[in-house]
Amino acid sequence: MKLLYFAWLRTKTGITQEEVAPPEHVRDVASLVEWLRTRGPQFADAFANAAVIRVAVNQEYARPDHPLRAGDEVALFPPVTGG
Amino acid sequence: MAIRVQREDFDVGAELAALTEGNHGIGGVTSFVGLVREMGGGPSAMTLEHYPGMTERQLAGIEDEARRRWPLQAVLIIHRYGRLEPGDRIVLVATASAHREAAFESCHFLIDWLKTRAPFWKLEENSEGSRWVEAKEDDDAAAARWVLRTAPEGGSS
Repeated sequence: MKLLYFAWLRTKTGITQEEVAPPEHVRDVASLVEWLRTRGPQFADAFANAAVIRVAVNQEYARPDHPLRAGDEVALFPPVTGG
Repeated sequence: MAIRVQREDFDVGAELAALTEGNHGIGGVTSFVGLVREMGGGPSAMTLEHYPGMTERQLAGIEDEARRRWPLQAVLIIHRYGRLEPGDRIVLVATASAHREAAFESCHFLIDWLKTRAPFWKLEENSEGSRWVEAKEDDDAAAARWVLRTAPEGGSS
């Protein structure tokens, strides 16, 4: 699974993108965010407030219960501020 | 091409002329140009980050939605990324229709959606450092208005 981080999620985690193999129990967006939070202090800080995390799976916005598969491209970012 | 995500500046006059050229069904064009404005007294700049691939896909989806809602002859969305300074152009949205109402409303709709759905993030710089701009609740409210106004399916009213 490919993870992409944008804006302050990238700044806080220090990661632009990475390949991960999450544990078996990570089956949807919500459980992925829960798992990411356990990966170290910078992740705990970046993902402290799940309500401000937006997630896209394969470049489409995804809700917390959206299922995940091994080959997915998952992007994690704060609410957008373009225009 | 109706959607462009680019680092380079754009020429508003030339873009609008090209949009309407040869299409005599167009009765009116509405355009919106977003600019970098000076923040908190003093020179500042910003860097716009985006998500290549998803950005174009989301913009194309937003354009399709606008074309479903209004009878549009032409649509143009140009959004820049990278480092921009006060006075620089950020975004151009233009919509053309036989009638002005469709052009005005669809342009407004597209800008409201861009603010809340298109994957762009602003990093502001000033003399003290840089910070990510937080999303505003009133932007969400502006975008939500379009959902309320046009939600006939399954509604009881």
